[in-house]
Amino acid sequence: MGVIGQIGQWFDQRLQLAAPIRDAAEHPVPRNTASWFYVFGSAALTVFLLQLVTGILLALIYVPSASEAWSSLQALNHDVTLGWFIRAMHGWGSNFMVAIVLIHMVQVFLFGAYKFPRELTWIVGVFLLLMTLGMAFSGQVLRFDQDAYWGLGIGASIASRVPIAGPIIVKLMLGGPIIAGATLSRFFALHVFVIPGMLIGFVCLHLLMVLKLGINEWPMPGRLVKRATYEDEYHQLTRKDGAPFVPYAVWKDLFFAAFILLAVAACALYFGPFGPTGRPDPTIIQTAPKPDYFFLWLYGLLSYLPPSMETPALLIGPVVVIAFLVLLPFLAGEGEKSWRRRPIAVLTVLLIAIILGTLTHLAGYTPWSPHMNAWSGDPVPEQFLHGRTALERQGALVFQVKQCRNCHSLGDLGGQRGPALDSVAVRLTQDQLIRQVIQGGGNMPAYGKNLSPAETTALVAFLETLHPRGQAPARDAARDIALSEDKDQRQAAPR
Amino acid sequence: MSNENLVSRRGFFMKMGILFNGLVAAALTVPIVGYLLSCITRGRANAYLSWVPLGPVSEFPEGETRLATFRNPYVTPTDGKTVDTVCWVRRVEGEQFQVFAINCAHLGCPVRWFPQSGLFMCPCHGGAYYRDGSRASGPPERGLFEYPYKVQDGMVTIQAGELPTPGSPTASLFGNKAPCGARNELVSIESKLSASSETNALLRKTKTWA
Repeated sequence: MGVIGQIGQWFDQRLQLAAPIRDAAEHPVPRNTASWFYVFGSAALTVFLLQLVTGILLALIYVPSASEAWSSLQALNHDVTLGWFIRAMHGWGSNFMVAIVLIHMVQVFLFGAYKFPRELTWIVGVFLLLMTLGMAFSGQVLRFDQDAYWGLGIGASIASRVPIAGPIIVKLMLGGPIIAGATLSRFFALHVFVIPGMLIGFVCLHLLMVLKLGINEWPMPGRLVKRATYEDEYHQLTRKDGAPFVPYAVWKDLFFAAFILLAVAACALYFGPFGPTGRPDPTIIQTAPKPDYFFLWLYGLLSYLPPSMETPALLIGPVVVIAFLVLLPFLAGEGEKSWRRRPIAVLTVLLIAIILGTLTHLAGYTPWSPHMNAWSGDPVPEQFLHGRTALERQGALVFQVKQCRNCHSLGDLGGQRGPALDSVAVRLTQDQLIRQVIQGGGNMPAYGKNLSPAETTALVAFLETLHPRGQAPARDAARDIALSEDKDQRQAAPR
Repeated sequence: MSNENLVSRRGFFMKMGILFNGLVAAALTVPIVGYLLSCITRGRANAYLSWVPLGPVSEFPEGETRLATFRNPYVTPTDGKTVDTVCWVRRVEGEQFQVFAINCAHLGCPVRWFPQSGLFMCPCHGGAYYRDGSRASGPPERGLFEYPYKVQDGMVTIQAGELPTPGSPTASLFGNKAPCGARNELVSIESKLSASSETNALLRKTKTWA
């Protein structure tokens, strides 16, 4: 026996870990689970370890103080050698971790791996997902910039809507009456001690159950899970058609883990670190805060929910979703595992993916937000001014000066909160235009108090010119008759 | 008497040990929970709120809405710039003011004032408010939050100290009621317009407050 072997034996005599580790590594797994579909769990663990390492490296420089955090991030980005790269790895690692955890969850769901006897593995996994999202949100707060500051305000506004306890929850969350030093300190404690500690514990539990209960076999359509017989069937399967996890299946995990680390590093190198955006100074109000990628869908949802639905949806929605995820293995703990025979499961995943994807895509360009500088920045396209009367041009001026442009686009420039007005004259008659401008409605403010009659006349004259060439503007037929009757009467009167 | 019914000396001491630990843990819970919850009030109720000056009345021209900066009354050493807060001050006339929180009543983003169109607009989800702070359009369920104010020795002073949120007690104390000025303006809108259904709803609401 070589020296290394002797040293190893010396340690093992005291630790007695070699045998259990060997057992765990060589435990038989069903042959067909050595699949590229089964690599996401280990990839999530790999990225989590990367986050631990890069997080500790960042903590060497980062200062968790509301007055210093932003400057310490600037130092990391610009002064500390390769500080930008570690920040970028941590930031991209966070995005990858959320993505991989979600993919892992979808795979487990579609392969029926949450069914008997792996219910608890799934439930622990649900909590791991929640903690991962908690890490993503608290991490965004630690990048203490304008987005973080106003993001906390949004979090506080949501939390405050909890009946009765709302204000107390807000103060517990902020560590005081406003977003300030104590807020950052407590999110630092959450992000660095509390949540990672729980994550490590839950990851260990999760892994322990994977080892004890075995990797979910490849689902075969028609092979149903029954509580009474499943465990025997699984053991028979691993005896008959099993192979040791190491090295039979593990090489795919190893390759994928390395590939993911490389992908994180490549993104970090190419795209660089996230922010920080502007200084977290509440007196700078020229800002349009935006959440990080994985919360963009929520941003979109909050814009589209009708006001009356919002508070119930915000408070009850998460409870329902989490309760459903936790109860899922009890509601469908037996039966078919294969996604080929679970159309509702497949459609549910697709539906959720499409909803989240659409909301995320929309939040990429926020059609619901007014463009705060469109009125002064975006020019009125030439074709809308060419050959117009003085009154109509005056109307174009009113259109810009009164910030109409912030919500209404012309020639694809301007806000998208309201409808584009390139051809508004085709849709609305003169009377309807006047009514809409003065009274508002349909999500538009009333401008009655802020426009003089002359301004309204000019504005409507301009709006009436907004129709495609060769397409007549909308007109109220009755109005012509009414006006002509009026004229007739006037003509008749002198007689 | 059989031995099974007897409590052994070691068993008794183990139980006593658990009990002793329980008592110590309970005793330690009091300071720990007290420490954790201290951020809710820091001593007494509303300890965070106090009157802070915004500037002399002359800084705010009549009929205009200006941005004012104030320092939060409760400051800790690591707060940095976060304790400097802004608000929109509207001087209606004379010593009649409206002081609006910068935070949108929807989710707290900073609203911006556009004097030309007389609107506050929020860059986040597109909430809009009229010059009197009442809701104009978008997702907010209510008008802008208002700070209570008073004019003292020629200084505009507001009662501030807490982040205004839809559920905060200060918001319900001071902001849910339509201020006097706003009520007058709404009535004048009514007389000027053949009120739309939305204005009608708003007016009905205002009348119930009055």
